[in-house]
Amino acid sequence: MVKLNNLLQYFSLGQSSFQSTMLASNFTAVAIAVHTLPVLPYSYSALEPYISSQVMELHHSKHHQAYVDNLNAALSSYVTALLNNDIPAQIRLQSIIRFNGGGHINHSLFWRNLAPSETPETDPVASAPRLVNEIERTWGGLDEFKETFAQTALGIQGSGWCWLVGKQNGRGGLQLAIVTTKDQDPIVDEGMRPLLGVDMWEHAYYLQYLNGKTKYLENIWNVINWKTAEERFLGASKEEAF
Amino acid sequence: MSASLFRTVLARHGALAAKRSLAGNSFVRGKATLPDLKYDYGALEPYISARIMELHHSKHHQTYVNGLNSALEAIAEAEAKGDFTKAASLAPLLNFHGGGHLNHTLFWENLAPASREGGGEPDGALKKAIEADFGSFETFRKQMNAALTGIQGSGWAWLAKDKDSGNLAIVTRANQDPVTGQLVPLMGIDAWEHAYYLQYENRKAEYFEAIWNVINWKTVAQRFEKA
Ligand SMILES: [Fe+2]
Ligand SMILES: [Fe+2]
Ligand SMILES: [Fe+2]
Repeated sequence: MVKLNNLLQYFSLGQSSFQSTMLASNFTAVAIAVHTLPVLPYSYSALEPYISSQVMELHHSKHHQAYVDNLNAALSSYVTALLNNDIPAQIRLQSIIRFNGGGHINHSLFWRNLAPSETPETDPVASAPRLVNEIERTWGGLDEFKETFAQTALGIQGSGWCWLVGKQNGRGGLQLAIVTTKDQDPIVDEGMRPLLGVDMWEHAYYLQYLNGKTKYLENIWNVINWKTAEERFLGASKEEAF
Repeated sequence: MSASLFRTVLARHGALAAKRSLAGNSFVRGKATLPDLKYDYGALEPYISARIMELHHSKHHQTYVNGLNSALEAIAEAEAKGDFTKAASLAPLLNFHGGGHLNHTLFWENLAPASREGGGEPDGALKKAIEADFGSFETFRKQMNAALTGIQGSGWAWLAKDKDSGNLAIVTRANQDPVTGQLVPLMGIDAWEHAYYLQYENRKAEYFEAIWNVINWKTVAQRFEKA
């Protein structure tokens, strides 16, 4: 989330010049917005018993917060590197921005595609009729989709995410697909839209499920927010600007 | 690769296997097995909890052993059918599970209870080499921790020796990629979340500090001499 009214700093960006008295006319102001941890739309314990309160609290208040903090620090350093025409530093910072910016985007999407079980949002047929229809067309059924999703997620070697995405097809529609991303790589490809994501980092389940990630993947469907997925599918989602 | 990694498992029908072997048309296949630890699960307390050690060894490492054996089997099957495309497609699985087995085996051996060989600082030739290549043991330790902290996702940090130059280096590897080629792994630290989360949660810097109390420098020195 970006708070535009909460500016970290202003930088003067201009080409270096010996005519110091003329510098003012070359200046451009660069505003760096501070990213902040999004507030969860439910309490830490609201996803019990499928995701424990302890997991949620650490995941949101510690892990996501660290991505936000590291992203802000890296962006600030990046502006300095731009000002100094320091290309090696800019390139070095890109992987840090990708990792922490990705972590911020991915977790922001994740929290919003979760909801307390037994709420209308977690009922796919009622809350996501159009998306479920397309899922059935693609995989033959919701159960087949979940099975494919789990197998794909279990194939991740290391840390990463499993996503249901919509890829723009030539006819202006969305082709559904299940994809995995490594570490915190975000889905930012042109024409690809993340609809729902599941965090497959060990921190997302270990305190509760230990090495039993298959069970975590089974249980998470109880707290998937299909309403959010439907909105993303229809392009009607009011996501925060990350 | 250390000799303890593979234990030769005799075929179930030993006599039959031996007969075939005499006929020259069979071989005894090495199967990866989970190595026994040289210390109890609780022996690295309070730095690494017994619960972590138990899960890490009996569940996680076991999964890599099983995955390695099935990858090897699938590759052998593909090879037998002459399906080399299929064999090649299994390379990532072999790398992941084979690396996981190798890395964890090395890891258990380069750990020891603080009450025994664990902790302290290396001495002898290894100490001299660390001082020559890093300036001091403390600098090396700080650089290793910085490398661990910098890992984006799951992975390992290693102290390794370059076989050609003889120099020491700190390297990181993603996921279960093993240290291979001209680099010989001397000491590894597992930076996967399963290695510390039950005890340290998100405070991985505390784990990276604590683990120095249980590093088995005797093992590391032996690897250094042999490399
Ligand atoms: Fe943001
Ligand atoms: Fe996460
Ligand atoms: Fe491990």
